[in-house]
Amino acid sequence: MANSVIGICQGLARGEFSSVEITKDYLARMQQHNPTLNCFISVSEELALNQARQADAMRAAGNAGPLNGVPIAHKDLFCTDGVRTSCGSRILDNFIAPYDATLIEHFKRDGAVMLGKTNMDEFAMGSSNENSFYGPVANPWNIQHVPGGSSGGSAAAVAAGLAPAATGTDTGGSIRQPAAFCGVTGIKPTYGRVSRYGMIAYGSSLDQGGPFARSAEDCALLLQTMAGFDPRDSTSSEEAVPDYSARLGQGIEGVKIGLPKEYFAEGLDSRLAAVIENAIDELRKLGADIKEISLPNTGLSIPTYYVIAMAECSSNLSRFDGVRFGHRCDDPVDLEDLYKRSRGEGFGAEVKRRILIGTYALSAGYYDAYYLKAQQLRRMIKNDFQNAFENVDLILAPTTPGVAFKIGAKTDDPVSMYLQDIYTISLNLAGLPGMSLPVGFVDGLPVGMQLIGNYFDEAGLLAAAHSYQQVSDWHLQTPDLES
Amino acid sequence: MSDWESVIGLEIHAQLATVSKIFSGASTAFGAEPNTQACAIDLGMPGVLPVLNREAVNMAIRFGVAIGAQIDPHSVFARKNYFYPDLPKGYQISQFELPIVGKGHISISPAEGEHKEIGITRAHLEEDAGKSIHDQFPDQTGIDLNRAGTPLLEIVSEPDMRSAKEAVAYARKIHSLVRYLEICDGNMQEGSFRCDANVSVRRKGEHELGTRAELKNINSFRFLERAINFEIERQIDLIEDGGQVVQETRLYDAERDETRSMRSKEEANDYRYFPDPDLLPVAISDEDIARIRAELPELPEQKKQRYIGELKLSDYNAELLTANRDTALFFEAALIDSPQLSAQLVNWILGDLAGALNRTGLDISAAPITPPMLAQLVARIADHTISGKIAKEVFEAMWQGEGSADAIIEARGLKQITDSSAIETLIDEVIAANPEQVEQFRAGKDKVLGFFVGQVMKQSQGKANPGQVNAILRDKLK
Repeated sequence: MANSVIGICQGLARGEFSSVEITKDYLARMQQHNPTLNCFISVSEELALNQARQADAMRAAGNAGPLNGVPIAHKDLFCTDGVRTSCGSRILDNFIAPYDATLIEHFKRDGAVMLGKTNMDEFAMGSSNENSFYGPVANPWNIQHVPGGSSGGSAAAVAAGLAPAATGTDTGGSIRQPAAFCGVTGIKPTYGRVSRYGMIAYGSSLDQGGPFARSAEDCALLLQTMAGFDPRDSTSSEEAVPDYSARLGQGIEGVKIGLPKEYFAEGLDSRLAAVIENAIDELRKLGADIKEISLPNTGLSIPTYYVIAMAECSSNLSRFDGVRFGHRCDDPVDLEDLYKRSRGEGFGAEVKRRILIGTYALSAGYYDAYYLKAQQLRRMIKNDFQNAFENVDLILAPTTPGVAFKIGAKTDDPVSMYLQDIYTISLNLAGLPGMSLPVGFVDGLPVGMQLIGNYFDEAGLLAAAHSYQQVSDWHLQTPDLES
Repeated sequence: MSDWESVIGLEIHAQLATVSKIFSGASTAFGAEPNTQACAIDLGMPGVLPVLNREAVNMAIRFGVAIGAQIDPHSVFARKNYFYPDLPKGYQISQFELPIVGKGHISISPAEGEHKEIGITRAHLEEDAGKSIHDQFPDQTGIDLNRAGTPLLEIVSEPDMRSAKEAVAYARKIHSLVRYLEICDGNMQEGSFRCDANVSVRRKGEHELGTRAELKNINSFRFLERAINFEIERQIDLIEDGGQVVQETRLYDAERDETRSMRSKEEANDYRYFPDPDLLPVAISDEDIARIRAELPELPEQKKQRYIGELKLSDYNAELLTANRDTALFFEAALIDSPQLSAQLVNWILGDLAGALNRTGLDISAAPITPPMLAQLVARIADHTISGKIAKEVFEAMWQGEGSADAIIEARGLKQITDSSAIETLIDEVIAANPEQVEQFRAGKDKVLGFFVGQVMKQSQGKANPGQVNAILRDKLK
């Protein structure tokens, strides 16, 4: 099965199957495989079937939207009216938002069907999906391994064919890294391209929503639905949204692609480097003009990122206090007890760690040394990219230093876990768009290649990825779930 | 006592009179059922985002322009982080490093003939918190978030005031200004206008500031004066007894007329301010400022100068009239009907009307006597229909709701007697009845004239024109 979004759209349009039928197929597949993979925190079966029936009726009436009847899974940090939004945390285990995120509204507007809410690292903090209150997600290619994080449930669900596409968010690599680990295609758009309204914040200046799918072609379709200015998000952009699908065929002949030497240096598994080298050769054959570039401040990105993201999250997560919604401890003796125990019981270890570090970084006497310094470094990192884009159209890099690691392998070593994001994090600091697409395997696990574009050049990224996917079939490989 | 000097600065929170909240579309109206005017954004629900209400920015600029302040092209919203149940997000969106309104100043008049410039350090925008309700549920605290997200302009003065009187004069001046600018309703009982005072003392001649205490929970000008005076004495007594003032926040208790410690500097929060990543810096163009400047209403100081220049009012009267926007508007409305009688109108407004308002605790805008009614009364004195003395009776009747001056004069038959023959008849009667006094007058006792005037006025029940009575009497007694 594992149909593509575009395939489902065509099948529905031709009347080969109904939305109810295809939705039931996916729900059945979820029922079969989710117990092993744990991709979903909530399955909204009844809602999905209602939406599917509605979509079929809309189509019959000649009112089919661009994603009419297509089943989609959403990361469990997009607020969904009437369906629990847990953010992978005990503190929101009982939280049902009374509103839809803008992104969810867009999918509804375009006729998509919501299958359920996918598993994730608690509050999107993590690179392995092991920090979820609902347990880790298994990588469909090898269930002993992690799917990556924080959007691990979404990536694994698409890889396993439990959903043809899913949404995710990317604060430091949370779309691209799990896409790489699970062998699917994922894009993190330019900061401000997709509304953050109703998307539970981790690092507000870094967070950006985006799609997972099997191909760049599918991602183009999904991004079309997701992108656009939202008056409810002051940081969303008024930049016009191009027709991504229409531009897929523009090819990459003559496109100048830069390889940052700092990304192909020590730390990158040489077997991955070889796989990526093959993909680069393919691009060269397609007419891309490949050259080496330098992003000299790359080494600063991890410390910079962790100061900014943690500072922002320490403030963003203050609203989870047991007063108005979410988990509240039993029988608080006073206000302080209510705060301490509600938050102490509600948050997991990694979330607590980041809140503490962020609180420290913003404290009187430390602000200048950490937060302010990090903002200065952030500008330097951004300048690196701006300089690079004066000479190249796209930048190509590995998505991750290695393939998916074993569940539990890095849980006791947060720094090693943070280093997972080394190739992805600087884009979030710069606000640039990036995507990951599958380019091969090492040890039977997928390898992702990252493409980085200039501001609002998602169309250029998708077109380059599409060109590659026209001459390769890595993105069509599916894991064998029966073995 | 006289060896000491007190140093006072005020932080004033003025609730801006926008229709909706500063970062959400919910209504700002006061007095609704708890939590009915709080949307998902005001509740700090997960995933929601603030969107700045530009009207609040415009109001802040209005204030800035009115105090001649620097207004920077960029200003930044920052998060002030602390936990409190009525602060839904766990942080307040405020401004820290780049406020909308920079340095400005305002002139105060603490007493007749005195003038002083007070510096204003800055004024910034922020959102109000909700309210904790402690007295409605046994063993529990209620939270009402209707007020959460209401825009506030926090106006911070320099420590330029040297007495409670000056502080009150400054607070009243700011209160008057925000009402003139129509950016705040100024209602202190409802908390639309709140004052915190920073108070310290030092020996006269010293240049360094003493340690200050911040006084909170002051909801009237009277309490502001009392709280500051109490605090000044407390600090002086403390130091004179060999103690030291500690930096702390103190609550004013109006019932016991004292301040008491709320939290010390050590217990103070580290607010961990940082720029709010959910909001872009606010851009303010020169055109924005020019447009707002052009739309400014006449301000109290300009009005005052116009009253002095055009209407020839005294500095003191002009100051009193313009101190309250509604009083000035009352005066100007009355002046439309009686443009030649400005001096008389001022006397009535600042005299009998102010007295009656004071007695009844009414606001001038709610007075039972309207500007046209007062104008008519003053006109009737000027055209000799009634005397000034009778006018007071008419004023009282108008206040009691008996109608216009003309209607009352007619109904009560108060029209002045100006018919000379009628007055002559009265005078003849009085002369005939008092031969002794006539003799005395003719013998050179001028004072007796007053007796005759009194008698005639009495006979006429106060309605005879006193000028005519005087002239005719002199003529007849010669």
